[in-house]
Amino acid sequence: MPEPAIETQQLVREFKKGPRAVDGIDLRVEPGEVYGFLGPNGAGKSTTVHMLTTLLPPTAGRAWVAGHDVVEDGAAVRATIGAALQDAALDPYLTGREHMKLQTALHGMRGPEARERAGALLDRVGLTQAADRRVGGYSGGMKRRLDLALALVHRPRILFLDEPTTGLDPQSRTALWEEVQRLASDRGVTVFLTTQYLEEADVLADRVGIIDHGHIVAEGTPEALKAEIGRPSVEAIPQDPDELAHMKEVLSRFGESVTGSPKGASVRLDGGDAQLAEVVRALDAENIEIQELQLHAPTLDDVFLAKTGRSLEGEADAEPEPEPAAA
Amino acid sequence: MNQVLLLAHRSVVRTLRQPAMVVPALVFPLMLLSINSSGLESATRLPGFPTDAYFQFALAIPFIQGALFSANSAGTNVASDIESGFLNRLSLTPLRRVALMMGQLTGILALGLVQALTFVGVGIVFGDGIAAGLGGVIVIVALSLTISLAFGCIGAFVALRAGNGEAVQGVFPLFFAALFLSSMSLPRDLIENDWFQTVATWNPVSYMLEGIRSLVIDGWDAEALALGFACAGGLALIALAAASSALRTRMVRT
Repeated sequence: MPEPAIETQQLVREFKKGPRAVDGIDLRVEPGEVYGFLGPNGAGKSTTVHMLTTLLPPTAGRAWVAGHDVVEDGAAVRATIGAALQDAALDPYLTGREHMKLQTALHGMRGPEARERAGALLDRVGLTQAADRRVGGYSGGMKRRLDLALALVHRPRILFLDEPTTGLDPQSRTALWEEVQRLASDRGVTVFLTTQYLEEADVLADRVGIIDHGHIVAEGTPEALKAEIGRPSVEAIPQDPDELAHMKEVLSRFGESVTGSPKGASVRLDGGDAQLAEVVRALDAENIEIQELQLHAPTLDDVFLAKTGRSLEGEADAEPEPEPAAA
Repeated sequence: MNQVLLLAHRSVVRTLRQPAMVVPALVFPLMLLSINSSGLESATRLPGFPTDAYFQFALAIPFIQGALFSANSAGTNVASDIESGFLNRLSLTPLRRVALMMGQLTGILALGLVQALTFVGVGIVFGDGIAAGLGGVIVIVALSLTISLAFGCIGAFVALRAGNGEAVQGVFPLFFAALFLSSMSLPRDLIENDWFQTVATWNPVSYMLEGIRSLVIDGWDAEALALGFACAGGLALIALAAASSALRTRMVRT
């Protein structure tokens, strides 16, 4: 079995005046894998990334990145990783090219090598035209792409992306997804990606770890996790809103109630999608006219709901910011 | 060394690209010099006042005020790096902490040099020149840079400890209070109010002012220079140690 790109054993991080942000997580990410770390705000995603990137010492437990212990061999870890942390960390008064120049130089590149590397990366993320403009005037998507380019300067084997598309428009989000997919498929870069977007984890990740309140509550491929939930749900909206209670009573015969539109009734079908026809017949038999009927395949949100009892969508706790030297 | 130069270059470039930081640091001290030297001219008639031109007496003030703006500039820039996550980005490179600190300080000194040369130039053009001559100009610049370094390190320390620009802005008025409670407007022996004279005597800013003032008005005064350099250098060393310690805590990579 090859050495994992990232491994943690009972990793813990406590803050001075806060909760246990990360509470004993075990992770194993294989080389070349895109691992999606999915969870609501405040779940412990960013704290985990800060520990794995050596920016925050763990309170307990151990972690290895590229085989190097993050506490005992931080410099070796940093040499093998690239990171684009939450909020593009850029200087608004410098141009994109000046950022690249600084980053290449800090990684020991000089002269033509540095210029070629900077030019190639700016080209790769589509910022050649804007390279000599100050970053303060960039759009959110441009900042994120420059952030990614800076993280790639020293050709890292492992890339940490902390909520890379938060706040981006759909077009910028798609462009960044494509770039991440290219990096993983063409270059074999291991990507550890945190996100609170279900779709992002579904599209990008080979495997997903779902974290909630510092614990990993589920882990596997998106397909396997959804298959674990197994059964689809059906959502029906009555023509007459006064029939809603009646409709809920009828649907409850087919499975447990799940969250859905407030105008309708939703249940997870005990008998799978084969029961859909029975649902329609039962509603017809009760003379309930249907305005809308939808069959939903299980989503990662269903997985989150099944594991935590809450929906991932709409969660908005604030994650405690990693504090320096907090013991 | 290359890392220091890179970060110094960045520090200077980003400061020069913020006119709101550069212009007040040059213009406000000169405005106050102009107002004070015309409004307080009658103070020169006090028995024992060291010169008959208040402009010569007040010329030392812009050097300190300029250094206070340096403190604000340094602190704000460091706080901005923390708040934006830029410090984390730097932490993930092979950058050494000492290089980061020296780079920031070199940026402070570059701005301080521009300020010092401007104020000396104004003193020569609009005043009676520098009594200690060309050598005195060099020593004034050296003392001024030491003062800028001291206050710049205090600004960086506050930013590194607090992690936000508001804290730096909050401390800024205290620096000015320290200036006003010194021998800024009158020689210490002519301050009649006892408590004020005591505070001014214990205030290191008084000796920084008097070091510069001695070169402008009297020529070479070893005692005034020694006290000026000792206060500025001592404060710079303490502030540098504090800022370095705060950087170690802030840049906590394993």
